[in-house]
Amino acid sequence: MADNFTKGMARNIYYGGGLFTFLLLCGLTFDTMLELPSRDHRENITESVALGKSLWEDNNCIGCHSLMGEGAYFAPELANVYDRYGQGNEDTFKQFLQSWMAMQPMAIEGRRKMPQFNLESHEVDALADFLIWTSRIDDNGWPPNKQG
Amino acid sequence: MKFQSQAVAKPYFIFALALFAGQILFGLVMGLQYIIGDFLFPYLPFNVARMVHTNLLIVWLLFAFMGASYYLVPEECDRELHSPLLAKILFWVFAAAGVATILGYLLVPYAQLAEMTYNHLLPTMGREFLEQPTITKIGIVVVVLGFIFNIGMTILKGRKTVINMVLITGLIGLAVFFLFSFYNPENLVLDKYFWWWVVHLWVEGVWELILGAILAFTLIKVTGVDREVIEKWLYIIIAMALISGLIGMGHHYFWIGPGEYWLWLGSIFSALEPIPFFMMVVFAFRMVRQRRHDHGNQIATTWALGTAVMAFLGAGVWGFIHTLAPVNYFTHGSQITAAHGHLAFFGAYAMISMTIISYAMPIMRGRPQGNPASAQKVERFAFWTMCLSMLGITLALTVAGAYQVALQRLPDDSMALSFMQTQAKLVPFYWIRLGFGVTFFVGLLAYFASFFVGQHVAESADAKKEEVCCGSCS
Repeated sequence: MADNFTKGMARNIYYGGGLFTFLLLCGLTFDTMLELPSRDHRENITESVALGKSLWEDNNCIGCHSLMGEGAYFAPELANVYDRYGQGNEDTFKQFLQSWMAMQPMAIEGRRKMPQFNLESHEVDALADFLIWTSRIDDNGWPPNKQG
Repeated sequence: MKFQSQAVAKPYFIFALALFAGQILFGLVMGLQYIIGDFLFPYLPFNVARMVHTNLLIVWLLFAFMGASYYLVPEECDRELHSPLLAKILFWVFAAAGVATILGYLLVPYAQLAEMTYNHLLPTMGREFLEQPTITKIGIVVVVLGFIFNIGMTILKGRKTVINMVLITGLIGLAVFFLFSFYNPENLVLDKYFWWWVVHLWVEGVWELILGAILAFTLIKVTGVDREVIEKWLYIIIAMALISGLIGMGHHYFWIGPGEYWLWLGSIFSALEPIPFFMMVVFAFRMVRQRRHDHGNQIATTWALGTAVMAFLGAGVWGFIHTLAPVNYFTHGSQITAAHGHLAFFGAYAMISMTIISYAMPIMRGRPQGNPASAQKVERFAFWTMCLSMLGITLALTVAGAYQVALQRLPDDSMALSFMQTQAKLVPFYWIRLGFGVTFFVGLLAYFASFFVGQHVAESADAKKEEVCCGSCS
């Protein structure tokens, strides 16, 4: 590095640049927090949606599935599973999910297995409500198609 | 070794490497589960294996960072560690908490673990990488605070070098941003938004400061290059890391709810993220070329250079290939992401850990000029086997990811294959990945073996080498 570029200058770029960028991040975060309510539709988070999220977490679903593209890549994306199997009808989707969860683990040799989580019927409905709410978040149009 | 208290690093390094071996074993199991879906089901479901694999990684890296700090801070401060006893106590606390948590994952269904640990009182579990029970998270906070107190007191009382200041800033950042793991609102978008304040601000933020400090320390020691020169590079590298990486977090905000301007900010700033890693490569090679002495521990120098190169490839190049929003729209959450994750974590953080271990362990074992040639030869074989295997894993996953995108993401609704159909098509690439996983494990075994090679030579040569410079005084 050039000799006329001193250590003091490098230090100032580090402390000044780092601090400035962090403050910028905080400002952008503040702005995003103002914008989010119109994108996540938090007014639709019912008790059932909240229960669904805690069931999602307590059973470590993210250990195999992805949700909005984040998580593990061993099992299908689920933020758009309502779009994939619900045919636009919440009751249809709930019926589908009830029977799907009851079927696990499927006895197909060599296939990736989902454990049986022994959820009660109202819990599966809550999980469905959570996934339906998630599918309606404005996520800039991801994923590209319904396969996720 | 300049100060007795530096030796508290030793158990940290040994335990880190033991956990590393566990991480790789569970990785191999998952590699096979990707091909034979019901392998070990229901005894070890994939989600449990993955949790163990990723959590072991995080914990062994934390152990290595702590060991590195305990080793280098006293030497940089030119005084003994504030409290070696505290360091020893925290080692056992952290080790016990880590082992108990992993056993919890393996022995009890996750939902039951959540119940047993009263997760409902302060729900923090069940989020990727933050699966630890809340009580373990609190334990991590306590251990890290005790650790930072110990390191901080040492620095306050001693010499405040640039390496010390950068390291302590990184460690404090690590502790502060981990606190976001306790924030888990009902709103998934907010949850995800601040989840990244732990994950991204760790690995693409403050951890880079820790990496930079350890790398700079090792380079000073093995090359004898003037501290002024190295410190200038360190400042400018980490400055670039923060300036690009903080707003670069936007590349995680593309598709999880935040607004459209993140598409631009995330793309532009994260496209700059390879720059500090590229500078790190230039820096490492230039310092080695300008070296003032030939340190006997040549393999430590190889690790330092290797870290710079592999971190640039993994974090820099493989990050860049899918960071622009129009590309990421198709690659997000595919095997491309997995490819990047593997090479970046190994190249940057696993390798910097092995760099400092390779430099410091021989000194702590009474070999100031490094291990005997026969041991360094085995370690060199291990270095190349692990690096090339990880590149193999990365390439296999990259091809798998590209094919996955072509089959599942690019076509429209009517033509796209389902996730499971696509996975079936990727099996040949998963075999290749598993093959490289096995050779990686061979490399790891060779690495462990290198610690036990040439014991007799080392003992007989010790007497003669006492006079030779180990680099500790520079």
